Amino acid sequence: MNDKNIIITGLIIFFVFLTFPFWYNLGKASPVPEPKLTDKAKAAKECVEPKEYMKVEHMQILDIWRDGVVREANRVYISKKGKRFNMSLSTGDDSCMGCHSNKAEFCDKCHDYTSVTPYCWDCHIEPPKEKK
Amino acid sequence: MLELAFKGGKKYWGLIIGLLVLMGIAFGFWLWQLSFGLGITGMSRDVSWGFYIAQFTFLVGVAAGGVMVVLPYYLHDYKAFGRITILGEFLAIAAVIMCLMFIIADLGQPMRAINVIFYPTPGSILFWDMIVLNGYLLLNIIVGWNVLEAERNNIKYPGWVKALAIFSIVWAPLIHTVTAYLYCGLPGRGFWLTAILAPRFLASAFAAGPALLILLSLIIRRVTKFDPGREQIQSLAKIVTYAIIINVFFFLCEVFVVFYSRIPSHMDHIKYLFVGLHGHSALVPWMWTSILFMVTSIILLVIPATRKNEAVLAFACVILFIGTWIDKGMGMISGGFVPNPLHHVVEYVPTIPELIITLGIWATGFFILTILFKIAVTVKEEVSGV
Amino acid sequence: MENSRRSFLKLAGISAIGLGTKPVLDAFASSEAHGEKHGPEIFPNQEALTAKRWAMVIDTRKFESEADLDPIIEACNKIHNVPKFKEKRHEIDWIWVDEFKHVFTDLEHEFVDDRLKHLPFLVLCNHCENPACVRACPTKATFQREDGIVLMDFHRCIGCRFCMAACPYGSRSFNFRDPRPFIKEENKAFPTRMKGVVEKCNFCAERLAVGKMPACVEASNGAIVVGDLHDPDSEVRELLKNNYTIRRKTHLGAGPAIYYIV
Repeated sequence: MNDKNIIITGLIIFFVFLTFPFWYNLGKASPVPEPKLTDKAKAAKECVEPKEYMKVEHMQILDIWRDGVVREANRVYISKKGKRFNMSLSTGDDSCMGCHSNKAEFCDKCHDYTSVTPYCWDCHIEPPKEKK
Repeated sequence: MLELAFKGGKKYWGLIIGLLVLMGIAFGFWLWQLSFGLGITGMSRDVSWGFYIAQFTFLVGVAAGGVMVVLPYYLHDYKAFGRITILGEFLAIAAVIMCLMFIIADLGQPMRAINVIFYPTPGSILFWDMIVLNGYLLLNIIVGWNVLEAERNNIKYPGWVKALAIFSIVWAPLIHTVTAYLYCGLPGRGFWLTAILAPRFLASAFAAGPALLILLSLIIRRVTKFDPGREQIQSLAKIVTYAIIINVFFFLCEVFVVFYSRIPSHMDHIKYLFVGLHGHSALVPWMWTSILFMVTSIILLVIPATRKNEAVLAFACVILFIGTWIDKGMGMISGGFVPNPLHHVVEYVPTIPELIITLGIWATGFFILTILFKIAVTVKEEVSGV
Repeated sequence: MENSRRSFLKLAGISAIGLGTKPVLDAFASSEAHGEKHGPEIFPNQEALTAKRWAMVIDTRKFESEADLDPIIEACNKIHNVPKFKEKRHEIDWIWVDEFKHVFTDLEHEFVDDRLKHLPFLVLCNHCENPACVRACPTKATFQREDGIVLMDFHRCIGCRFCMAACPYGSRSFNFRDPRPFIKEENKAFPTRMKGVVEKCNFCAERLAVGKMPACVEASNGAIVVGDLHDPDSEVRELLKNNYTIRRKTHLGAGPAIYYIV
């Protein structure tokens, strides 16, 4: 077994390579970001559904809205509490972004943190940057 | 058996590295295409499919053509081909992989390719093409690998492998039929709207595929200790002869129907390809070269004296391969799009990046083919003890 | 509607089970606790314009030159963020103009009258009854609505361009590159497209949904009319009854829904 050293070296290299993401990010851990709400969103108190539900399910809702609007011309959403909403991501004041007009603070923060890159803004036009 | 691919001489490694370099360069260009979009190609609103889809179509033929060595062995018990069925199967694997790569290269949003499975649409021929191509790839990998492994271990391959092999024989014409159906079911494209398209595709496939196999066999004989065999090559040559004659015959049938009926929307495309239309004639010299090559190869293949001379046979196979490649890999796709549905003549010429990516995919195919053939030939050498 | 409600509930249910998170269950529980039996539902807008089968009639007698058509095309391009490329190869068109002999390839003849010979014709997606593009699409990214409108779901398109080969009218365009830099003024109320997807006229589905007529109709001073082909009292039916109309390449059987009064 004169290949022993080679095998062990190979294994070590493989192991280091495999765990590279952990080494690379060592000491860079950042706290889980909290999305910021605009004043308008704060005043509304609740999104189309309760906050906790939105946190977990917003992508499903967006998906259903998308298919509903694009494929079936359904544009009105009636929430579980019976409230009516205009189904739109970025068109008008009563759209998602009409309320959450702070994309960087509201969407990007968490998406960046979790390395999620939805392609919404390749086509949908971002709300203009917040004036300070 | 994969380990066999790692033992080779200088020439083998030279070839491998050369192909890898080509692949690497093309990969770079593909990344550019990914970031810029398909705008780096010569395709347009009017000619919306170009070189990539043309190569795909041609290579489906090469893949299907591999069946011409498998069929006589398994269905007609033609023992001589037992030596080389593996070459046909491995060629099919490389060709189908190239096909899949050309499709991916042609997609505007390749990252979303999986949508074809997420939203299965049996009404779309492309959905079926995905199934038949991947199925054929899988069948050939399983059958080829198992047969070769059995040969290496000096045992007969198990019965289920033979069952799959026969299944793959039925499957082979399907891949090219479905590929033809991509085109011939479209209402507004007179050039493709013909029932002879699928048969014509198959005929050219059964000419080009085995012709390439003959050339590969001659190369293998020269550079390795394994001889695919003179009888085998001659039998393949006869298959090629029949197929190329039928291919040209089908084309002439098409020409007759189109020009005797004189329906402009069918005639214009062939006119564009062979004499030019409204002063546009980029493909005319190519198409006549193709005809010249195919006809010359027929003459050389039909006459027994020239067919039996392996040097002449090799020459005939080379020009036949080029001829069918021009016919399908250049004329077939552009020809269908020119003139466009509003009868404007907008020509298509591939760009340099497009050609490099195309070359890279061919290089990938040959890379896979080299490795697979290396494995197959080494096993053959081991078994015969030379 | 029925369908989407069901799929919504299904999805919501699956995700609730799948994640098993307390908040989700809480959300369901709380709405029931309030004594409200609503599930989430989605509906069309009340003010939406609807039809059993949409069709368009273009009265070409009301046009004289390209100057009459430019505002119509401009209106469409602006509203839909249609880019303008310098490179002909990358061109994207939703509605554009061409000559009689190119638009009506099978009606054209040497001695066609002078007016038709020189009149520019509007060309756009025909929203076929029997659309070849929808048959060809491998992902249902292009689909036909029940009211006949043929639409693109840009989110789903993989850019295979099979639909472009299938369309016998040349009505489809492909984003050969990112269109954004080539849009003069972005209309913020409508998305742009991204590179690698196919696009075409959408019969202003986004406007019909909120009760507005298509942009080209509004800009045409009454030369373009849309309406319900299945409603005998609709304006399009009235026009079709009283005028001789032609459609493009009817022999192909695609059943175009754009009618031209010549």
